[in-house]
Amino acid sequence: MKNKILISGNEALAEASIQAGCKAYFGYPITPQNEITAYMSRQMPEKNRVFIQAESELAAINMVLGASAAGVRTMTTSSSPGISLMQEAISYMAGDELPCVIANIARGGPGLGNIAGSQSDYFQSVKGGGHGDYNLIVIAPSTVQEMIDLTFTAFDVADKYRTPVIILADGYLGQMMEPTTIIEKKETLHVTKDWALTGAKNRTPNAIHSMYLGDGALEAHNEKLQRKFQKIKKEFCLVEEISTNDAEIILVAYGTVARICKSVLRKLRAKNIKAGLIRPITLWPFPEQAIKKAASKAKFLLTIEMSTGQMVEDVRLATEGKAPVYFYGRTGGGVPKEEEIISIIESKL
Amino acid sequence: MEKKFGLPKTMKDVVTHYCPGCGHGVIHRIVAEVIDELNIREITIGIAPVGCAVLAYDYLNIDMAEAPHGRTPAVATGIKRVQPNKIVFTYQGDGDLAAIGTGEIVHTAARGENITTIFVNNAVYGMTGGQMAPTTLIKQKTQTTPFGRDPKSAGFPLRVPEMLKSIEGAVYLARETVISPKNIIRLKKYIKKAFVLQMEKAGFSLVEVLSPCPTNLRLSSIKSYDWVRENMLLYYPLGEIKDDS
Ligand SMILES: Cc1ncc(C[n+]2csc(CCOP(=O)(O)OP(=O)(O)O)c2C)c(N)n1
Repeated sequence: MKNKILISGNEALAEASIQAGCKAYFGYPITPQNEITAYMSRQMPEKNRVFIQAESELAAINMVLGASAAGVRTMTTSSSPGISLMQEAISYMAGDELPCVIANIARGGPGLGNIAGSQSDYFQSVKGGGHGDYNLIVIAPSTVQEMIDLTFTAFDVADKYRTPVIILADGYLGQMMEPTTIIEKKETLHVTKDWALTGAKNRTPNAIHSMYLGDGALEAHNEKLQRKFQKIKKEFCLVEEISTNDAEIILVAYGTVARICKSVLRKLRAKNIKAGLIRPITLWPFPEQAIKKAASKAKFLLTIEMSTGQMVEDVRLATEGKAPVYFYGRTGGGVPKEEEIISIIESKL
Repeated sequence: MEKKFGLPKTMKDVVTHYCPGCGHGVIHRIVAEVIDELNIREITIGIAPVGCAVLAYDYLNIDMAEAPHGRTPAVATGIKRVQPNKIVFTYQGDGDLAAIGTGEIVHTAARGENITTIFVNNAVYGMTGGQMAPTTLIKQKTQTTPFGRDPKSAGFPLRVPEMLKSIEGAVYLARETVISPKNIIRLKKYIKKAFVLQMEKAGFSLVEVLSPCPTNLRLSSIKSYDWVRENMLLYYPLGEIKDDS
């Protein structure tokens, strides 16, 4: 295999972020994402970029806030408990309209849970997580190659829309190794950050803040944010559809689970069961249209997650009642098995 | 006629929201004068805290960010590390710095982060209506110590520069107050020294300012100044607590 490398999901994401122009990385150790922090501790100083092992995730995300306010591409990575700690600052950054990339190599919860991969941070990622009216762009890779490609995308859309972007992967994706293309610097979007804090030389001072005290000021600011979120919904929604054209049964799954579903799909088709797969790549914006369209022709949909049922709520909403939506989930590190999924489908036929 | 006194270039020509007698306005002005005198206005970036000084970006004529409560030094770290040649300072109250943000200030000092912190100790939480601060004095009455601060249940007040003194990354730690012109002159000297040290890339510097909060002390402006003199100065000694320059 020429021009291919074998690399883990965590290291792939780390190297891609460097190639995407991440100038400052701040992190705090937590399994199963430690490879990213370790990789950055070596590579960033070599490239004269900033690496800090912060004293906590609170500090790490607020360092990201500062670096972003100063106008550079910046990232932090963590896993579920650490991402919970970051929520206040993420809410500030949404209000401040500060771009950054936050990767959650998610693990099982609640609480300390365990260190196995999990998809139980879906609600936290797509429904806000922190306080206030805001959304984040949430991107869910499914392969190590996508840990690379979607990291480039994440930095671009963060800058384009001035918003924090979450890459929601899980411990399995972070740890697994797969062959990928060589990770090379890509021409990425370049935006002028005239709002950044660079010293008020020959211009009026810039202020980065999320507080709006005047009568009606916060409502006006929030309406502006909502207009932006609507624009993102219109312009940026990624979804993979497989065999949905003639499908009577629609599987909906993302990330690690979608990999399993692809194999399930082949087996179902071999049994002459007309199944298709919808794989949301952006979890927010959620591919509502694709699901609605498929639901209008399907006998039923089956959502499969490594959680007790989170994305399934958005799938139900998107179907607008046009078809029943069933759910199968494993939790606490459990991974749905092909046979389990196939037998559920056969029981519903 | 030569103009001897006016608004520093680093201050915007606006009315602040501070209560009569509050020390924040004086401290803003001193910081602004120092920035003017060092001719660093165009390369200085400030970080406002959550607290009464949250609107500092409306008053100081420089680039500024607002930080989540207590995370002010972490935000400053992010800004400074990507722009090491800019002058970066945090402006924090005692709740912001010595309660919710204790971890950040300790580790920012530990990293020897080349920033300056202006630490305003008014012995209360001003913005939220006068609750106990980590710097509230023993027996001092606040909204949440209605019978006076009892160390048995509410602990002892923190002396921040003394606490940070053993940290190698902290190169300059000083304490002054705004209760008299003499003190203000010395305070300005300390703040200037802290900024100069930053310009020389010496490391972390912090100047604590004992500051009256007449509203929450429930005292007239003048009496609140007396209160600082008669109570705070006894517990919080003035002077340069550490000078490694
Ligand atoms: C996470 C969080 N907790 C609590 C508050 C509420 N709050 C706002 S200001 C403040 C205390 C400020 O006191 P201090 O830092 O002493 O500054 P001062 O107002 O006295 O200048 C608190 C607790 C908040 N905004 N955010």
